[in-house]
Amino acid sequence: MPHKAFAWFILPSALAMLLFIALPLVSIVIQSLYVEHPQVLEQVESCSPFGGCTMETRVDAQATAALREAEPLGRFNGLGTYLNRSHLATGEIAEILRSSDGFADSLRQIYQLPFYRALLFTLCYTFLVTPLGMLMGFWIALAVNRIPAMLKGPVIFVSLLPMIITPLIGSLVIYWMVNSRGILGSLLQWVTQDPTLSIAASGPLTWAMLFLYGIWIAAPFSFVVFYAGLQTVPQDTLESAMIDGANRWERVRFVIIPHLVPLATFVSLVQLMDNFRVLEPIIGFNAQARATSLSFSIYNDLQAENGQLFASAAATSLLTILFVIVLLFPVLIRTWRDFSRKGAH
Amino acid sequence: MSSTPSRPNHTLTIIATLFVLVWLVVAGFPFLWTTWGSFKVEADFFSRADWTNALSGVNTIRQTGGAFTLDGYEGAWIQNEFWRAGLNTAMVTVVVTLLSLVLGTLGGYALARSGYRYAFWILIIALVFRAMPHITLVSGYLVPFFELNIWGTLPTAIIVLVAINQPFTLWMLHSFFLSIPKDLDESAMVDGCTRFQAFREVIVPVMWPGIITTGLFSFLLAYNDFAVTAMLLRQENQTMIPKIASFLGSIESEGNVMFAVSSVVSATVPLFLLVMFFQRQIVGGLTAGAVKG
Repeated sequence: MPHKAFAWFILPSALAMLLFIALPLVSIVIQSLYVEHPQVLEQVESCSPFGGCTMETRVDAQATAALREAEPLGRFNGLGTYLNRSHLATGEIAEILRSSDGFADSLRQIYQLPFYRALLFTLCYTFLVTPLGMLMGFWIALAVNRIPAMLKGPVIFVSLLPMIITPLIGSLVIYWMVNSRGILGSLLQWVTQDPTLSIAASGPLTWAMLFLYGIWIAAPFSFVVFYAGLQTVPQDTLESAMIDGANRWERVRFVIIPHLVPLATFVSLVQLMDNFRVLEPIIGFNAQARATSLSFSIYNDLQAENGQLFASAAATSLLTILFVIVLLFPVLIRTWRDFSRKGAH
Repeated sequence: MSSTPSRPNHTLTIIATLFVLVWLVVAGFPFLWTTWGSFKVEADFFSRADWTNALSGVNTIRQTGGAFTLDGYEGAWIQNEFWRAGLNTAMVTVVVTLLSLVLGTLGGYALARSGYRYAFWILIIALVFRAMPHITLVSGYLVPFFELNIWGTLPTAIIVLVAINQPFTLWMLHSFFLSIPKDLDESAMVDGCTRFQAFREVIVPVMWPGIITTGLFSFLLAYNDFAVTAMLLRQENQTMIPKIASFLGSIESEGNVMFAVSSVVSATVPLFLLVMFFQRQIVGGLTAGAVKG
């Protein structure tokens, strides 16, 4: 296709992405370098009939509003926001490393810093839920492949539900069940014979619940893709493996799994991207006291009741995007190699 | 070799069937339970004393006179004007789906037919855009949108959702277009069509299955979005999902958690219907992406 025709066809789509994805990135970079104006303070002398006069410091609301109106970005702060306590916390970490006794202790102290707390949960969620969800999906696909054909349609229908459902709705539905007054929560109390047991009150249980929820919504996608892959497994390879004496497990290990590997790469890429942005479950499960993610920190900064923290949100956003790029890097390199090889001949 | 592999292994089939049954309960029961419970009062849905209350509806009968009640739905849809959020959602999802498809088919077609290196780079950039958490972009929108005074309105949210949808739509339609032979549009152009006529009269008609499948996923993306609509719409323009989120803060404290439950159930109904009618296309779309992408 000639360059000119290509340009006209791609123009609307490229314009949309440029204006609403690329430009906001620039806006994030700029915002992260500024910080909100502090409140304008004024000294007022207040006198009471018997107490005499004292100097008081008050917030000059009018002047503050005027200043914020005039310079909505705030004042220039350089990399200050990145290095402060709510983000990379370089000063705090240097202090922790200097004064702590032992490695475990310094790790525990670093975990108290909000950015590292969010980062740790996000990474744990991404790298636990992605493989476990795929494994679960693979098992379901193997099992569904064996059941009578007439059951397959309804089974696929029900299996799609957790994936298709709005994440916030899915997490609320589960949250109401595992709530200490809900059916699963009560069941858990009955099983452990501990009437005070509450998932929300325990850090490890909250994490486990969020991971299980993640697997619940992630498994169907892997299931559908792997199930479709199973339909195209070459039958003659399977048969020759049988003739050569491969047992059932060996056939799965040496014929089926290698056949599914390209699909698994695709699924893991999509799931890594989706799991890394985990936000809605934390809101749905009301879990922010026990677990926060990078996305949730940004959401929280933008929600802040008394003034949205744009600089803080922008700094976290930029750090998050850097992590996303690191995460994607192996894929990008591989795609690039494939493409160069294709271009070569 | 202990057993003849060609003989169907009944034990394994039984184990597989049992496993599938367990999975069906895990996947489906939460929705069944919540739907059932949405017709009860709070004391039954959250029955600390005895879970069978939720089945028999003891408190529902005592409070309302019947075993099922529409109180939750009435409170959400009428009292709290959930119908307004429903209308907004309908508007946003329909427009976003249509616009995404128009932009996506044009762009996807160009990417599939151009052999130049820059087409590859556009796809890679789209992949990186697809990977960025939506909330990171939202933090970039707010200040400019406040300054331009376009924050809070439905058109703004719609355009943003279309743009955020583009990377995915481009990838998916691009791979569908690749499966249509080049000869088709080239012969149309030999016959005297312009490039755009060939695209509209020859390619789009054979692309309908791909367009419908991509449209389903665009619909889902717009319908399921929380980050964009929650942050970019003002209260009266809210769609269903942010409305439900705002129920959580304001209503739970007043003891009307059943409003949230019934609106959650209401919001699952369109998704349920979607899967029911378009199961084949959804499954096909997921696997097409996997096989070709």
